Amino acid sequence: MTGATGQEEVLAARADDVAIRALQQQLPNAIQGTKFDREELTLTVARESIVAACRAVQSAGYNFLADVTCVDWYPNQPRFQVTYHLLSHGLKQRLRLVVRVDESDASVDSITPVWPAANFYEREIFDLFGVRFGGHPNLRRIMMPDDYQGNPLRKDFPVEGYR
Amino acid sequence: MPETPVLLTSPDLVEADQDRTMILNMGPQHPSTHGVLRLALEIDGEVVVRVAPDIGYLHTGIEKTCEAKFYQQVVPLTDRVDYLSPMHNNLCYCLAVEKLLGLEIPERAQWLRVLLSELTRLNSHLVWLGSHAMDLGALTVFLYCFREREEILRIFDDLSGQRMMTSYFRIGGVSLEPPLDFHDRVRAFLKSFPEKIDEYENLLTGNRIFINRTKGVGLLSAEDAIALGVTGPPLRASGVDWDLRRDMPYSGYEKFQFKVPVSNDCDVWARYVLRMQEMRESVKIAMQALDGLPEGRITADAPKIVLPDREAMKTQMEALIHHFKIVTEGFPVPAGEVYQGIESSRGEMGYYVVSDGTAKPYRVHMRNPTFATLQALEKMCVGRLIADVVAAIGSIDIVLGEIDR
Repeated sequence: MTGATGQEEVLAARADDVAIRALQQQLPNAIQGTKFDREELTLTVARESIVAACRAVQSAGYNFLADVTCVDWYPNQPRFQVTYHLLSHGLKQRLRLVVRVDESDASVDSITPVWPAANFYEREIFDLFGVRFGGHPNLRRIMMPDDYQGNPLRKDFPVEGYR
Repeated sequence: MPETPVLLTSPDLVEADQDRTMILNMGPQHPSTHGVLRLALEIDGEVVVRVAPDIGYLHTGIEKTCEAKFYQQVVPLTDRVDYLSPMHNNLCYCLAVEKLLGLEIPERAQWLRVLLSELTRLNSHLVWLGSHAMDLGALTVFLYCFREREEILRIFDDLSGQRMMTSYFRIGGVSLEPPLDFHDRVRAFLKSFPEKIDEYENLLTGNRIFINRTKGVGLLSAEDAIALGVTGPPLRASGVDWDLRRDMPYSGYEKFQFKVPVSNDCDVWARYVLRMQEMRESVKIAMQALDGLPEGRITADAPKIVLPDREAMKTQMEALIHHFKIVTEGFPVPAGEVYQGIESSRGEMGYYVVSDGTAKPYRVHMRNPTFATLQALEKMCVGRLIADVVAAIGSIDIVLGEIDR
């Protein structure tokens, strides 16, 4: 394990980070958690403010959306962790934004208005995890057939055999 | 009196009269879709109005399978993701897990990895060039490219025992010491290869048909490319000077001298020219790696993670125990999450590995370059002819294995 893990420690150690500064200025209550582990900065963002947070870090220099994916922490709650990997071509840095989503209301706002690239990624998460994205232009299954039942990448879905 | 024919090139006319358009299925069995890609094309005469890619025909649930395997057992699965550049997948996954473990990789292994990554890039670009040219009507190039590709595959076969699914990179290093004739063979290949690139260019660069089919076709602006997640040669062909090998170096790439070709033409032609230049640069990097290949170990000094030598295993009790434990119960990886991005043949390949502290990955996600780049296909094709869709797909260098996973 490298780096600081406590939230205040990380915020103090990385106060000059453009992403943290932009988020603290524009959305004072959005950051719910921070982690700096193995040279990678992770910011946990409130579910409601993900689109605004993406806009804020985009204007702070993180111009490229590399990846969106999800992790299922079943049976822990909140169950889903939607992960956004951002990249700054100017700063040559990566940033990870994380949103925790509860199973009872598994939905997040779509960030396609900020980065159209999120379109396929969000469809993939919808298909394989069953997390819905509000405001997505075309939220349909992408890998599995349209009439498929279930979400294969959930942890309670068996790797082999029948369900 | 006959009616005046209406020219069908203006998008306004299409909007005005929806009845005029029809849906055409291109694929999944279409020679130019490079696998099983289905495109629902909305066309107005021969002009494309809308492109809706339909993917998932090759979905095998590799990400799910990874969660049921030990860390070291995932390596052979990664080969099968992008079957044209297996070593890039191996490399990216291994780097991600090594970052989780905090492993130091010996220099010799790093340089071997660079050398083989560049050979893999050549291998992949040769398949791209052959099939792209064939889609556009130049069949000879395909045969030439496969002639050279065969030599690369033979080198891989010699090195790892496999032509395509090499699984040569392992967590902590590489699997085998290269065979005795490896150096001479690779050197001979690298020496002769620039002439072969001249040969391909001879067939295509001045070819009027090829130029007419590619220049000004499949335009994609830099803003669109960034917004749509495009990486690799298509991004650089749109004028964005970005290459992970140079800008965020991994596996010792910072020690190598090479140029990153960039173009502002934004079209299929520019992507062709860039990849040809990239092949020449790859040869230079591979040559440097071969010339400067340091002596030393090929695996990290981590007996609980790297399998011991056969010799040590037969003579030392410790080594035998380690071997038994790694094979039967794997090795635990400290909890955490990492994202590792590398520059594969097609753009940014990223592996996001989450560990919960056990010997099996909790989650492995692959960020594959053409999955994102495919979203830019519509931007490239709308308002152009169906024949240009073929050129645009070829210029993305699509591999359905990595899109569908």
